[in-house]
Amino acid sequence: MTDKYDMPDALGHFGPYGGIFVAETLMPAITQLNEAYQRYLQDPEFIAELDADLKHYVGRPSPLYHAERWSRELGGAQIYLKREDLNHTGAHKVNNTVGQALLAKRMGKTRIIAETGAGQHGVATATVAARLGLECVVYMGAVDVARQALNVYRMKLLGARVVAVESGSKTLKDALNEAMRDWVTNIDNTFYIIGTVAGPHPYPAMVRDFQAVIGREAKQQCLEQAGKLPDALVACVGGGSNAIGLFYPFIDDHAVQMFGVEAAGDGIETGRHSAPLTAGRPGVLHGNRTYLMADDDGEIIETHSISAGLDYPGVGPEHAWLKDTGRAQYVSITDSEALEGFHALTKMEGIIPALESSHAMAYVTRLAPTMRQDQIIIVNLSGRGDKDMHTIAQREGIKV
Amino acid sequence: MSRLTSKFAALKASGRKALIPFITAGDPYPEFTVPLLHEMVRAGADIIELGVPFSDPMADGPVIQRASERALSHHVGLRKVLSMAAEFRKTDQTTPLVLMGYLNPIEIMGYEAFANAAQRADIDGVLTVDMPPEEAEHCVSLLRAREIDQIFLLAPNSDAERIRKMDAVGSGYLYYVSLKGVTGAGHLDTADVERKLQIIRQNTNLPIGVGFGVKDAETAGLIAGIADAIVVGSALITKIEENLPDPEMAKAGIIALLRSMRQAIDA
Ligand SMILES: Cc1ncc(COP(=O)(O)O)c(C=O)c1O
Repeated sequence: MTDKYDMPDALGHFGPYGGIFVAETLMPAITQLNEAYQRYLQDPEFIAELDADLKHYVGRPSPLYHAERWSRELGGAQIYLKREDLNHTGAHKVNNTVGQALLAKRMGKTRIIAETGAGQHGVATATVAARLGLECVVYMGAVDVARQALNVYRMKLLGARVVAVESGSKTLKDALNEAMRDWVTNIDNTFYIIGTVAGPHPYPAMVRDFQAVIGREAKQQCLEQAGKLPDALVACVGGGSNAIGLFYPFIDDHAVQMFGVEAAGDGIETGRHSAPLTAGRPGVLHGNRTYLMADDDGEIIETHSISAGLDYPGVGPEHAWLKDTGRAQYVSITDSEALEGFHALTKMEGIIPALESSHAMAYVTRLAPTMRQDQIIIVNLSGRGDKDMHTIAQREGIKV
Repeated sequence: MSRLTSKFAALKASGRKALIPFITAGDPYPEFTVPLLHEMVRAGADIIELGVPFSDPMADGPVIQRASERALSHHVGLRKVLSMAAEFRKTDQTTPLVLMGYLNPIEIMGYEAFANAAQRADIDGVLTVDMPPEEAEHCVSLLRAREIDQIFLLAPNSDAERIRKMDAVGSGYLYYVSLKGVTGAGHLDTADVERKLQIIRQNTNLPIGVGFGVKDAETAGLIAGIADAIVVGSALITKIEENLPDPEMAKAGIIALLRSMRQAIDA
């Protein structure tokens, strides 16, 4: 186990997971994208432009904040929040859209498409498209359009066209299907900005590389502020981009434990959840092999989570690999537990987290008390909760 | 020799082109499918592509998406489709049957279990939209050992190298998707298809089917002039969708369309 981690292989495999499983029409586009990704992520000029954008447009580095009051209250490990909620547009998603948009520009594409669940990735995509003056179409499940109305409005203000997807379960997976259909049809001028570490290779590796800035900063900040590496990392897992962004730079630091938190919805035992790593099985969806929620005929099962951003039946293939190898552990948190996590952070630290991130917070309330006070947890606060005010008020019977 | 290979050899010997209808199994309800398959053969179908309903048909347009949704509402999945195929085979031992669908149902069943089940159902070919040749080796070898062909798609933007790759891995026939997009979209540019087929034929000796955009007798006739097989799907399924209250009307519409295509192809 002293070997350096170097996944994926040239065809995007993380062990048996990942790969390229797409219709033939997409193959040339994927080859072209892979070439651009391989070339520009080594290109000092590209990296310099990306770094400048991350600093001046996104507002990086994001702080690593020691939540002292909350840590004291829980009575165990010291909790540090990686403040991705303070990024421009309010979540980690923008780290990736800034990067992919720069690639799109280099590749001469004039039209951007994206799928979105919570709307955070859609907003982050519409934002960079506006900045670069590119046409932008965002696909969003009709159910999500209804529960994330504020983000729909933000995208429209930013000049994007939001298409409500009425097929299937009308959520994130269906938005992804529709975006893929658009991509095959408009392959010549269109760049598809996938919002998480899913999709065919190179997306899982590429999105990870763009999000890894989270973990690189966190590592350096932790060494500066606490004088040592953290003992545990915690992040919520929808597709898995904020989690892998935090985990990846620590993979070879074997003493650092990693916990990915899936959405247990109404409870794993009810079947109404979005936790493929906890309760799914390997299969192929959206261009890669990974853990999925599927029935015995291989049909994808409808998922459930209070947070639209975690409401996805698959998960990035690298998480499937990290689970099987035991390098990361995957746990799950129900809707009600997530709400408790939401209120805990809001009351104890004056920070209102996104419902997605609240799943990670809820797991921290369980984990921290089992650890010593000289130990450190870094939890990824992947986004801010403004977009969820309506959902939470409604759930708690309050009219706003 | 597989049933597909001998079928194409026989067609070639008699100077005919293959007519290949595609329908989604279980659309609009399970009992509709097997009798329809037999009637399509009587109307002139040489080979049948039977769609396996999938919850997330990424490469399909709205018409086939809705067909999948109708079939899934009756719980028609891969296992049920295999039993339909076996039932069809009881009274038709000659018409090649190709299962067309997405990879996940096969993954969940397991490649070996699927290959065995396909052999028991006497399936002749498998076309898996989202399994490119790079990822196909294991599946192909299991199927080939059972004389089942794995059929691959070619797209307008597939270059010579890719065509040769399909030629090496695929068998039975290659399916040229005549436009960039999803099923049921756009219209066919025959001159463009003809140019592309020349390049394809320089790189493979497998028979070439053309689909995506064949809508009526006229387009079928045009394609018959340049390809070995004509695949028609969305246009047939549209007949089902237009006649949901009256499935017999739907069947009549499908049969009439196939007959007119057969005539145009043979003309
Ligand atoms: C704030 C926030 N966190 C997490 C996620 C989940 O995505 P991922 O698992 O890719 O980080 C989303 C997705 O919309 C999100 O908006």
